Amino acid sequence: MTATPSVERSGTTVSDSDPFLVVEDLSVEFPTPDGPVRAVNGVSYTLELGKTLGIVGESGSGKSVSSMAVLGLHDPKRSTVAGSIRVGGQEIVGMAEPGMRKLRGNQVAMIFQDALAALHPFYRVGAQLAEAYLVHHPKASKRDARRRAIEMLDRVGIPQPDGRVDDFPHQFSGGMRQRAMIAMGLINDPSLLIADEPTTALDVTVQAQILDLLQDLQREFNSAVVIITHDLGVIAEMADDVLVMYAGRAVEYGATKQMLTRPAMPYTWGLLSSVPDVQADTDARLIPIPGNPPSLLDPPPGCSFNPRCAHRDKVPGDLCRTTLPELLPLAAGSKHLKRCHLADPEAVYQSEVLPEIAPDLVEEA
Amino acid sequence: MFAYIVKRLLIGVVTIVLVSMAIFALFWYGPSSPARPICNQETSNRCTPERLENFEEQLGYNNPIWSEYGAYVKGVFVGRTIEIGNSTIDCDAPCLGVSQRSRALVWDELIERLPATVSIAAGGAALYLLLGVPIGVAAARRRGSFADKALVSSFLFISSVPYYLFALLAWLYFTLIWDVPILGSSGYTPPWESPWDWFTGLLLPWICLGIFGCTQYTRYTRGAMVEALNEDYIRTATAKGLGPRQVVYRHGLRAALVPVITIFGIDLGVLLAGTLFTEYIFDIQGIGRWGLSATYSLDLPVVSATVLFAAIIMVLSNILVDVMYSALDPRVRLA
Repeated sequence: MTATPSVERSGTTVSDSDPFLVVEDLSVEFPTPDGPVRAVNGVSYTLELGKTLGIVGESGSGKSVSSMAVLGLHDPKRSTVAGSIRVGGQEIVGMAEPGMRKLRGNQVAMIFQDALAALHPFYRVGAQLAEAYLVHHPKASKRDARRRAIEMLDRVGIPQPDGRVDDFPHQFSGGMRQRAMIAMGLINDPSLLIADEPTTALDVTVQAQILDLLQDLQREFNSAVVIITHDLGVIAEMADDVLVMYAGRAVEYGATKQMLTRPAMPYTWGLLSSVPDVQADTDARLIPIPGNPPSLLDPPPGCSFNPRCAHRDKVPGDLCRTTLPELLPLAAGSKHLKRCHLADPEAVYQSEVLPEIAPDLVEEA
Repeated sequence: MFAYIVKRLLIGVVTIVLVSMAIFALFWYGPSSPARPICNQETSNRCTPERLENFEEQLGYNNPIWSEYGAYVKGVFVGRTIEIGNSTIDCDAPCLGVSQRSRALVWDELIERLPATVSIAAGGAALYLLLGVPIGVAAARRRGSFADKALVSSFLFISSVPYYLFALLAWLYFTLIWDVPILGSSGYTPPWESPWDWFTGLLLPWICLGIFGCTQYTRYTRGAMVEALNEDYIRTATAKGLGPRQVVYRHGLRAALVPVITIFGIDLGVLLAGTLFTEYIFDIQGIGRWGLSATYSLDLPVVSATVLFAAIIMVLSNILVDVMYSALDPRVRLA
């Protein structure tokens, strides 16, 4: 298809059967003086319009890097991106810069964490929003762009938007800045919105407001949303599907409900065990995952999680240490995929993990 | 903002008064009699102790320091009459005294020499900003590449050569040995007499100042740009779909320029206060040379005037920098 600067959603060729975002076997590698670092390694997922995918993992697991690849934000001189990313049927990997620019902020927009750093300190909020609008609407006048900026600020719930539009980012509160960031992301009605830890820098009450806002806007615009987070609470609230990443690889992928009730990979168990629950019994224990994520320069052989895995002795032989498990369906035909050698992870979870983290759930059962 | 500027100006006035007192006291209490140069001059180097005593009496050095300082300050605001040797000189306000060596009014000499120094300073500073900033931006965009490394190390080499040697070699080769047309003719001609001669005469000094100064500005700009280009808001600008030029200049350089402009304001002040080496090497009668030769001959009124002039310029350029800083960075509020 020809890339047009139009923002009409009809401008993208999406057949009903093909999801809007298709990522296949995506790898991102950065050369460093100590050798190449493969920050993302063979990740695949799909996302339909109107749906939300949550990507979870620790810092350095490759969740942000994989999403930045969707916007082509990796400098080709400093990185190698392989695999395939199709947005509305358009291949992103290897796309020339001018075509990429028409896509960025237009069909695909990104909301960054820490809006204070992500907004330019020297330009007024309204000017930054208007700039995002004007770059994709070259025929629009500055007045139109300003009107549109005010409209978007109003839409994301900023009080007195026609006055606040002339404020500088430092004059906004943290929650308002994140709202302005969201307004900037949505100003061109993108079909795909990537939110990179949109609530990390905010306090909890504001977090909930921002998540509600994102959900409202998603319903209104029917966009596809990728939400990157390390907060499983955010996932439970927002996501239809979850992708768990560890050391650059997808280790578990499936529908959110499935994943939260029947997680099938020790790393996911570890993440769940680390979530404090205010309503839980005070006897419930918070169990951190021991150790640190592995160095991507020298990843451990076999399963990348094996050095930190409490359950590797349940796998016969030293399979965990020698062979990388494949990302396979939990059961034949299941859409719930896991990368683990455990033969029956469900049984281990029910008998060993659940009693530790949620004793009340076990008693009820 | 207005109140802030007034406050800063008042503090500046206090600074200047203190500087003038310090320089006055320094000569007054110094080991050599301030009357000796004039005594030597008047008596054809047969300055006996008695004659020196007479001159000290006439020049007021036997009065208490505060009354002489008072007379000096009064001269600045209302003018005064000065007697030297057998002559009486009317010194109108602003009277900075009479040069003991040339017997001319210090104020007149200052005004006469000012255009040369301003010409050198303005041209040199403009050149090093215009060279330094774009080169710094280009280096920052290609940071880590061979071109960047070659540029950084060659600029480090230039800036580690002492400036006087650099300027002297330039003058030696371009003017004396090769006698390059246009470039080779250096010296100051007032622009209102001949703009072309003014331009050609100052071209080599400007280039020397420009090349030498731009190495610093390249470093500042490169550093500030590398920092700015790593900021989150640059990634935001790219993610909006802006082209590389808008990202680098409108978002990156806009932020990187703030520290550079700050340093530039101070540097310009330093240059205006006297481009000593440049004036000396290229034989231009500016403030810097004037002050230096006055120091050699212990010409107190001239030295005081140059120091006072430098103090005023520095106070003003500091205020200007602070005001510009708040204009450039909306997060800075002046109060």
